[in-house]
Amino acid sequence: MSLFRTFDIASSAMQAQSMRLNAVASNLANAESATSANGQPYRARQVVFQSALLDARARLPGVKVAAVVEDQSAPRLVYDPRNPLADANGYIAMPNVSVVEEMTNMMSASRAYQTNADVMNTAKTLMLRTLQLGQS
Amino acid sequence: MLGRIDAYFRPQETALKLRSHRQEVLASNIANADTPHYKARDFDFGTAYAAALEAKPTAPLAHTDPRHLQPSQRIDPFEPQLRYLNPAQGAIDGNTVEMETQMREFADNAVRYQAAITFMQRRIEGLRGAMQNQ
Repeated sequence: MSLFRTFDIASSAMQAQSMRLNAVASNLANAESATSANGQPYRARQVVFQSALLDARARLPGVKVAAVVEDQSAPRLVYDPRNPLADANGYIAMPNVSVVEEMTNMMSASRAYQTNADVMNTAKTLMLRTLQLGQS
Repeated sequence: MLGRIDAYFRPQETALKLRSHRQEVLASNIANADTPHYKARDFDFGTAYAAALEAKPTAPLAHTDPRHLQPSQRIDPFEPQLRYLNPAQGAIDGNTVEMETQMREFADNAVRYQAAITFMQRRIEGLRGAMQNQ
């Protein structure tokens, strides 16, 4: 029954999008964290999506998160000589989080999440109608 | 007798199977709307329906030489060959899913699935009416 597999596909997409939302939340929360657990400034994390067959019997791909990668671009340098973290020239390295980019990501992820929830709902409606076949 | 009944239900049964398969194809496209390099796919319902009713494989491979081989396995008529969609405008990450088109097709296909269910229901009622003794 294809409609059951539609459920799996839509839910895999919702899972992937919610991981993306998690990454966005983490990035926005740490946008000003000049130090993190390893003593370096926090680096923005991005999720990488990949289409993948969800199980052995699946014919059509769902989505999975292949990896969470750290943005390797250079940290932002902010001039603040009175800060204890400043280097010899008075600069501190701040996280390379682009707030605008993260907000865009957040909107895109929440839209996609909603769309896939709609897909699930539709599949559910169709299944329930199918179950009522032959009843009068 | 039972074979007749089977033939009586077959058009709607075929339509329902193909519609639900297409629903899955479209759901897969929508799910992969943000996946880099994903190519949107679909199949033409009319062609697939006609082929499934005749229970022939959807299409023989084109051959330009008599020595070219045809696949020994017949293509499942309820899982037709998928084709790639041409996007109206390309995306920078190589993804060809266009959400508005996909959502339209998804809604359209869902309604047509419901229509097929309704027709099936009517066929069942018709058969039931014919079987009852007056």
